[in-house]
Amino acid sequence: MSTFESRKRSRELNEKLIKLALISAATISILTTFGILFSILFEAIEFFKLRSFWYFITGATWSPGVIGSQFGALPIFAGTFVITIIALGVAIPVGLGSAIYMSEYASATVRDYLKPLLEILAGIPTVVYGFFAAITVAPLVVKIAEFFGLEATFNSALASGVVMGIMIIPVISSLSDDVIRAVPDSQRKAAFALGMTHGETIKNIVLPSAMPGIISASLLGLSKALGETMIVVMAAGLRPNLSWNPLEDMTTVTVTIVNSLVGDFEFNSPETLSAFALGLILFVVTLILNMISLSLIRKFKEKYKVNTL
Amino acid sequence: MIKRKKEKQNNNPFYDSTLKKRHASAARFKKFTLTSLLFSIAFLSFFLFDIVGKAIPAFKVAYIQTEVTFNEKSLDDTRFAVDKKYRDLVSRAWLRDIPSLLKENPNFMNTTITTWVLADDQVDQYLKGHHHKLKENEITFVENLLSQGLIENKFNAIFFTKGDSKIPEYAGLYSAIVGSVLTLIITMMVAFPIGVMTAIYLEEFSSDNKFTRFIEININNLAAIPSILFGLLGLAIFINLFGMPRSSPLVGGLTLALMTLPIIIVSSRAALRAVPDSIRQAGYGLGLNKIQVTRDHVLPLAFPGVLTGSIIGLAHAMGETAPLIIIGMIAFIPDAPTMVTQAATVMPAQLFTWAGMPEGMYIEKTAAGIVVLLTILISLNTVAIILRKKFEVKW
Repeated sequence: MSTFESRKRSRELNEKLIKLALISAATISILTTFGILFSILFEAIEFFKLRSFWYFITGATWSPGVIGSQFGALPIFAGTFVITIIALGVAIPVGLGSAIYMSEYASATVRDYLKPLLEILAGIPTVVYGFFAAITVAPLVVKIAEFFGLEATFNSALASGVVMGIMIIPVISSLSDDVIRAVPDSQRKAAFALGMTHGETIKNIVLPSAMPGIISASLLGLSKALGETMIVVMAAGLRPNLSWNPLEDMTTVTVTIVNSLVGDFEFNSPETLSAFALGLILFVVTLILNMISLSLIRKFKEKYKVNTL
Repeated sequence: MIKRKKEKQNNNPFYDSTLKKRHASAARFKKFTLTSLLFSIAFLSFFLFDIVGKAIPAFKVAYIQTEVTFNEKSLDDTRFAVDKKYRDLVSRAWLRDIPSLLKENPNFMNTTITTWVLADDQVDQYLKGHHHKLKENEITFVENLLSQGLIENKFNAIFFTKGDSKIPEYAGLYSAIVGSVLTLIITMMVAFPIGVMTAIYLEEFSSDNKFTRFIEININNLAAIPSILFGLLGLAIFINLFGMPRSSPLVGGLTLALMTLPIIIVSSRAALRAVPDSIRQAGYGLGLNKIQVTRDHVLPLAFPGVLTGSIIGLAHAMGETAPLIIIGMIAFIPDAPTMVTQAATVMPAQLFTWAGMPEGMYIEKTAAGIVVLLTILISLNTVAIILRKKFEVKW
């Protein structure tokens, strides 16, 4: 009897230990998020002790590494903004169009072949896109601009923006495709019964229903574009440039982070710490975008009672 | 005929005069969606065509047949091993390896052997019709050798067996491949157990409380955080706080593990969720406890799905560059690392370094490296798909 008792006790202990191990594994993900937040936050605070936060946000001169260096990140934000807009200008129409074709028009067999093809685009490492943007697309942009009598640099925002947009296509198309297919068929049938054409049904019925999911996908694409590093490091410029002309070179937040950390500055110099200040901005912005995106998709799931997304 | 049709239309109370327009607009819309899909596919084909086209020349490299003299003088300065006329045409890096060649074959000493010597990158680029810096007299000499069959394009084994080099024709991917393997071993050793355990906790053990939901939100967020920020984490915590060696596969592996974690968790959870509850109920009915049911029944059934997700996560980690640049894994690594604490580079980081080099041969090698990397990634994904198809249980 006593051996039975002790065996039971040891088994219970064992169970508790295993459960504890599982919980601690699950906590790692929380630790990672907070690790990222605090490691960036502390270094960023160090930076703002040295330089003014206000000038960082609104200043227009970014000149690290010189005497009297200034850290006004406005031209960097502007460059990020321009390249992101170009990327989304490519990715949203193409991604959404592809998703609509795959979910509404294509037969099941065609879809089975097309979806993996788009997923190949998602699986290509970003360094490969960067190489392609720098070696193939950028000279092409220069040639095309020349044809129209315009002048473009070899590290134009347009080249990296377009290639980045192509990288984001699968992000948008995959989620949009799932969302469009989750819209109940009864809605389509009702629209057909009222005499709508297929195009009208999609535009007036299906897309509005799927809109939260589509917006969510676009926000995810936006956050991906803001955080994309390799394409812009390889194909975009290094010069902070406050300009709206996509044929000029401009730099982005991620490029500046990489450059300030790869250089030979002391870790405690404002040059290195500025990377963390930019990282903090990037973290906060992408976190907010992700949160909105996730809550939109959750609402969509609750409305249509799907749990495959 | 037309008149009768018109009459019919007028008599039909449901006739919509805009119908034709509406159908045209629907057709236009369909065309737009098809075009955007075709655009993606056209881009993919153009991209693959372009990269493979640039890569193919790199798999062959020019060799020159000439006499190599092994004596004290040529050991002292390896440039004297070949005839004066050839000195600028053969690879300096290849000649530098003569002492180690002699160490392997001591009987070569004081002999002259006719052999194939690796050509200088400029000769190679000239033969491939790319931009080159050969002088007029060198070109005539090379043409002369070519007509005698003394220059040949051979398979570029150096690309797969040597590490990085400052001399373009002698640069290879080998040390980067070793670095990638070491890094990914660390990544999977950390991410796989933690990822699967988290998934088991969330699917099998946790109740739907605030803590669980917080973890879930965290995981979803983690999946969408820009990868470069993981690099900042690795730099600030693993290197600066814990004092781990910079540029090492250890730090790189840990950083990538945290990045891969969400992918493994999400796919493992999906696999666990797919196991029907009847399996669990049957286990409990036989008197098993929760741990026994999970360990002996649910997990084995979910394992193919877990494995598939992990392989996809592995492929993802393999192509990642940005965080590794931040933690310094773009160092110049001529010799393959043997320990996870030594400085190393990984395949994508090596490609990034080469892509920034001015010599045409590096560009070619970057493209070839991309083809190697994409081949590995596509094979990994294919294995994942095959595993899923083969072991998938239909309930």
